[in-house]
Amino acid sequence: MAETEAANRPNDDKPIEVRFRGGGFAPRSLRWVGVAVFVVLIGLIQWGTQSGWISALTLPKPSDVLATFVQLWESGLLFKHLQPSLTRLVIGAALGASAGIATGVLIGLFSYVRAGLVPLVAAIFPIPKIALLPLFVIWFGIDEGSKYALIAFGTFTPTVVATYGAVDNVDRSLIRMGQSFGLSWSSIVRKIVLPGAMPGILSGLRISLAIAIILLVAAEMLGAEYGIGAYILEAGSLYDLERLFAGVVILSLLGVLVSALIGLLEKRLLGWRV
Amino acid sequence: MGMDIRLDGICHSYGDTDVLRDISLEIPTGQIVCLVGPSGCGKSTLLRLIGGLERPGSGRVLQLGAPPADSLNPLTFVFQDFALLPWRSVKGNISLVLEDHGIRGQRSKAIIDDVLKRTKLSDFADALPKQLSGGMKQRVAIARALAVNPAVMLMDEPLSALDAQTRELLMDDLVALWTRQPFTAVYVTHNLAEAVRLGHTIVVLSRRPGQIREIVRIDTPIGERRAGDPVCQTKHDLLWELMREEARAADEELIDG
Repeated sequence: MAETEAANRPNDDKPIEVRFRGGGFAPRSLRWVGVAVFVVLIGLIQWGTQSGWISALTLPKPSDVLATFVQLWESGLLFKHLQPSLTRLVIGAALGASAGIATGVLIGLFSYVRAGLVPLVAAIFPIPKIALLPLFVIWFGIDEGSKYALIAFGTFTPTVVATYGAVDNVDRSLIRMGQSFGLSWSSIVRKIVLPGAMPGILSGLRISLAIAIILLVAAEMLGAEYGIGAYILEAGSLYDLERLFAGVVILSLLGVLVSALIGLLEKRLLGWRV
Repeated sequence: MGMDIRLDGICHSYGDTDVLRDISLEIPTGQIVCLVGPSGCGKSTLLRLIGGLERPGSGRVLQLGAPPADSLNPLTFVFQDFALLPWRSVKGNISLVLEDHGIRGQRSKAIIDDVLKRTKLSDFADALPKQLSGGMKQRVAIARALAVNPAVMLMDEPLSALDAQTRELLMDDLVALWTRQPFTAVYVTHNLAEAVRLGHTIVVLSRRPGQIREIVRIDTPIGERRAGDPVCQTKHDLLWELMREEARAADEELIDG
């Protein structure tokens, strides 16, 4: 007895504390780190441009970009550019996302629709939608129509793919439960399939809306008097880096805003998630 | 007044694999029939066939007599994994099965309050499933089943996902529910203690393809059965003798042969 105990123990009778090897792999919410990264990066660029270590042709001074931005705000030009851009984004993305969700749900529910449309969506997905802009101009006119169509088309495909994946992932045992209680087909779709697919649909929407912003700028670069894309294009062709970066900052802020809105939506709709 | 179920020569197979062979059985009103058997013997499949969630390969499932007039869903399941909608509260999960019958507002509230009281859940009406323990979730599922006033409850291993203590408590609750108002149930389990405690009749299935090996009747009233009761213990041992070889053979089978 004493012998086996001795064999199990380290030689010098001192107890050794068990080494901790768990933890990690559990994301925590640390908002200030993101802010700190921004501050450090911008501070570094400011210091570099001021000291001449970064030449004026490489990057503009962050303080100058800020000044340009303030000027843009004060002159009212900011809203003149922002208003048409936001309209295009909202209308185009709303059209594309709602059509995408509807199509995705149909693909998820009906085998024939799936067999017919999944290859088509796969064929459309990799086409750079910007390449189709001339076509859209012919179809929908040089004005707003072609821009709405481009943004809608660009948000449509990723939304479809995310939605039918989400519908596929709805817990089948919940659907069987609905059937076992004699719920109608439409009740099962409305009360079980759609809420069950909501997490997947919303995370798909995050990607679709980022793509919508990219396409918005692309559409505006090709023909618009006002709009953030037009503003950036004009600044770029004059090699006016301050204005170029002011435009880019606006786009980034737009992206953050959209992402925050979806985060809010997730909090409201998906509070039930574990 | 009541509805019996008769199984008439049920055979079933998935592809080339026979799962059930020639099952004929009566499920009389007001009694609990337990189906026991080694894993993979097709007892859950048999339950789904009875409930109309699957179609038998051959043979028929018959309802004898009309279900009670106020029964919204005569054949009602209680599932092993509870099958609660995580985005609906306890109340919402029960109202889900009433909404389709046009029961809303005051009538719905009356039914929900009644079944929550019977399952001792009245204080948890607004909780979400993620806030509940396994035992509580299964009680919600039982409350939901009671809400549609079933003629026959089809219980698919309802206690198998729970720990031993919770299982004991829920068994007591089921006994109390049955003594207060006897219901008809088909109760699938692999746990002989549950079968001996709750079953009027215990049907032992053989390993795949499932056939009826033996039907054991226990005459002690359900309310009077206690753990360690000599009659129950004898039946338990008898059932285990019947199942031991089947269970071992089933355990050593390769899946997909």
